[in-house]
Amino acid sequence: MGQKTPFYQCHLDAEAKIVDFGGWDMPLHYGSQMEEHHAVRQDAGMFDVSHMTLVEVKGIEAKNYLRYLLANDVDKLTEKGKALYSGMLNEQGGVIDDLIVYYLSDNDYRVVVNASTRDKDLAWMQKIGSNFKVSVSHNTDYAMLAVQGPNAISKTNQILSQVQQQAVVGLGVFFAVESEGLFIARTGYTGEQGYEIMVPAAQAAEFWHQLLKNHVRPCGLGSRDTLRLEAGMNLYGNEMDENTSPLEANMAWTIAWQPAERDFIGKSALLQQKEQGVKQKLVGLVLQGRGVIRSHMKVILDADTDQQNADNIGEVTSGTMSPTLKQSIAIARVPKSIGEKAMVEIRGKLAEVKVVKPSFVRNGQALV
Amino acid sequence: MSNVPSDLKYISSHEWIREEDDGSVTIGITDHAQELLGDVVFIELPDIDSEVALEDEIAVVESVKAASDIYAPLSGTIIAVNEDLVDTPEIVNSSPYDDGWMFKMQPSEPSELEGLLDAESYQNEIDD
Repeated sequence: MGQKTPFYQCHLDAEAKIVDFGGWDMPLHYGSQMEEHHAVRQDAGMFDVSHMTLVEVKGIEAKNYLRYLLANDVDKLTEKGKALYSGMLNEQGGVIDDLIVYYLSDNDYRVVVNASTRDKDLAWMQKIGSNFKVSVSHNTDYAMLAVQGPNAISKTNQILSQVQQQAVVGLGVFFAVESEGLFIARTGYTGEQGYEIMVPAAQAAEFWHQLLKNHVRPCGLGSRDTLRLEAGMNLYGNEMDENTSPLEANMAWTIAWQPAERDFIGKSALLQQKEQGVKQKLVGLVLQGRGVIRSHMKVILDADTDQQNADNIGEVTSGTMSPTLKQSIAIARVPKSIGEKAMVEIRGKLAEVKVVKPSFVRNGQALV
Repeated sequence: MSNVPSDLKYISSHEWIREEDDGSVTIGITDHAQELLGDVVFIELPDIDSEVALEDEIAVVESVKAASDIYAPLSGTIIAVNEDLVDTPEIVNSSPYDDGWMFKMQPSEPSELEGLLDAESYQNEIDD
């Protein structure tokens, strides 16, 4: 028996196939992962993401603390509700977790970290926090629901109160607003428009049922993964972990090097890596023939040269059959010298792949 | 609750076998198997006329979740494959026992038929 979110009974009522996910009983799908995927690309779907960890960072040194804790710089955040994506690194420059931080004020931030990394994240954040005048607390008052798809915003707005509807008018991408108990953010993990909404746990089931009545389709972890992979978004544990540099995980854009006088955990290790030269990068792969690329498959840059040479070998970090493209796609970590084509070893056979930027589908449109 | 038709034979790796009047057999995966796999997205079928031995890996079913091998339930020759599955593999989910059949074989060792499970035995296996 795992931990249950406030939506657990909703999942059972919707005939979810429940699986263990990092100690949580979560829906894998509600019948067809494929149809849930298409619902999000074409209409609107909702995902229970209450297993993710909400951390409140408050205190007079909250800003300085987060500027030291995170590779991105929360000093960029000046408007209430603005969100920032960042890596939280260790001293070696490896990624402890990736997260989103919301700015409420200079001494009040809200941070959402992953579920599978909860214990180590909280321990690390509290350890670093002991040197600052901040409180770092795990907030368990909320359920979290991601509503995603081209019709997600309009279908959600229809069930909001009038005051809440006013509050979300003009809400920009990567902004959040708090209104009558809801914390509504224009963020997501699907490559579509939509919201991620924090709902007081006691109101979660009612909120779910209203969305359900408004034809928002329940979607499980299965489609969440194929959607984020099509969108080219990293999954912690697949694309990066504590032994991966953000410079090799498509996260260079999340490292704020300026202002140069700011120190952050992992900075000196990253500077050293830059000086020595970063050897690998994340790319997207599109299989040219039939079959399915899966994580950990071997990528070979040039099949005519030494297939054992490290400079010629990469590894798939995530792979799937893309429901939108109807072709297999993957994200892979490969030597920087990779060209426009490569081979992937699929079940003992080499198959040709096209090498692209790791972003395959956005707002319902194929990018490759 | 998975459907296990009583007129078919089975093997533990969740394949069904139907004995046809002409002595050939038709093979597919069970309703229970397609439920375990989730949406099927790709099927690699065996080559027609290929000779296969009992328990050879002869086909692959890939679902959204993972790849699974399909084993030869009998020794013999592959005499037909279901070409519809190439473009619409999801038929295996919607109709595992009819439109979702995978291949037909001409058995070379008829005695192997006696090693197959009947519906009741297969049902007991998946209930465990």
